[in-house]
Amino acid sequence: MGFAEFMIKVSYFAAALLFIIGLKRMSSPRTARGGIVWAGWGMVIATVATFFWPGLSWGNITLIALGIAVGGGLAWWTGKKVAMTDMPQMIALYNGMGGGAAGAIAAVELYQGGNHGLTVTFLAVLGGLIGSVSFSGSLIAFAKLQGWMTKPIRFKGGNQVNAALLLGAFIVGMFLLGNYPAHTTLVTIFFVLALTAGVMLTNPIGGADMPVVISLYNALTGLAVAFEGFVLQNEAMIIAGTVVGSAGTLLTQLMAKAMNRSLASVLFSGFGDAAVDGGEVEGSMKEIEASDAGIQMAFASRVIIVPGYGLAVAQAQHKVWELTRLLQEKGVQVSFAIHPVAGRMPGHMNVLLAEAGVPYDLIYDLDEINADFEKTDVVLVIGANDVVNPVARTDPSSPIYGMPILNADKAKNVIVIKRGKGKGFSGIENRLFYLDNTRMLYGDGQAAVSELIHAVKAS
Amino acid sequence: MIDGFIALYIFMLAAFTGYEIIARVPVILHTPLMSGSNFVHGIVLVGAMVALGKADSTLGMLIGFFGVVLAAGNAVGGYVVTERMLEMFKASRERK
Repeated sequence: MGFAEFMIKVSYFAAALLFIIGLKRMSSPRTARGGIVWAGWGMVIATVATFFWPGLSWGNITLIALGIAVGGGLAWWTGKKVAMTDMPQMIALYNGMGGGAAGAIAAVELYQGGNHGLTVTFLAVLGGLIGSVSFSGSLIAFAKLQGWMTKPIRFKGGNQVNAALLLGAFIVGMFLLGNYPAHTTLVTIFFVLALTAGVMLTNPIGGADMPVVISLYNALTGLAVAFEGFVLQNEAMIIAGTVVGSAGTLLTQLMAKAMNRSLASVLFSGFGDAAVDGGEVEGSMKEIEASDAGIQMAFASRVIIVPGYGLAVAQAQHKVWELTRLLQEKGVQVSFAIHPVAGRMPGHMNVLLAEAGVPYDLIYDLDEINADFEKTDVVLVIGANDVVNPVARTDPSSPIYGMPILNADKAKNVIVIKRGKGKGFSGIENRLFYLDNTRMLYGDGQAAVSELIHAVKAS
Repeated sequence: MIDGFIALYIFMLAAFTGYEIIARVPVILHTPLMSGSNFVHGIVLVGAMVALGKADSTLGMLIGFFGVVLAAGNAVGGYVVTERMLEMFKASRERK
């Protein structure tokens, strides 16, 4: 091993170590910010070292630098610019690019043929398949969350078609293990099948399940990167890819569990597939004026705010924090209750509230705060629907039955800010809205909270 | 050379490492952590660089270049958005 090669290996080892330390630090709020910086240095070291790869011509080095400038520059610009509310789709997009890169490595190896040996070719094929599915699948996920694709496309036998596509790609891939004359054509067919499978798999999946799918593709990209790492004999790729593959798999399971959905039902059946009407609901929705609601909150001793997706769309997080401080000045104890799936991704709401500057000792998750609702004077629900629907506790026929919910209905008063009388994501009526202690405050999240601020100031 | 059982051992130990790192993570960090692990597989960039560096056909260079562009996007984009999200957690902590 020459000196350059040795130094490259040392750099990769350092990078792998820095990634692991970085990820570990990212998993605790106290050290999280430092974690990404550690991992970032790992990436810089590994990238710089790779420029010294033995036998690279100046032409190739120029091309590589150009590619990094183009891809990195575009990503830097979009990443800095994107709004916090749009984070989930950007994560999907960048993740897909990683999958695509793994696919591209496989493509270069397979198109160029050569004698790789059976195991290595097999891993190249497998990594190429997984990477390609993750690439096209993530792009569809991005398009859906960005609002470019609004209706999930489902048809009878869709699962069978997907199975056929994946199996087809796999079988064609197995032919690549032998040395067939039609090699180039076969490789092309293989990638076309794999990319189509990714599109078709993601197509039928509806919005609420999207975060789980993005997390799954994240894990799959990690796995694809690890496989291509074996192909290229690159330890950093093997270790980083495998760590992300298993961490991502666990993260996917945690997310699915937080939504009370199994991974299989996310992938193979759509949310709200069966038209459920949730039965007849007793009572009626009672409206309240913002001024009255504001007074009620100003004179409460305890208020819990339940933010939901509606808050994210309305970008109302800053206004909500302003309202919170006003109430605190009046001696009201205010806390935030966050459902694990509030926002568009588990933890997304925490990011939004952090953006507005809400200190996280005011933020509680479901288990910590659910017992407190009984002792609460006013619960303010902003654009959350399914996560506060009591039928999840009471009605076994409901599609959300069994999902853990925030017990907002147990509070003395409930104020719900909502744009209209429409139903929630799951498409079922929310019994909470019809309860005697609930009042509806119709309007856009941001505008309604502004009105509340005025009312509190005036009281 | 990494081959046979050595490869399997690396794979197994790395898989356990990933699992153990994430096992007790609080929900509030799920989004930044997903984004952060997303950044980590941006290491595919070094692979794409090698693939493009070794490519000797026009097709190989074209696909290799495409791979480098995508991989750089994965790494840089993943870093930028993760850093932005975690920066906010830091800000909210200092204000207390």
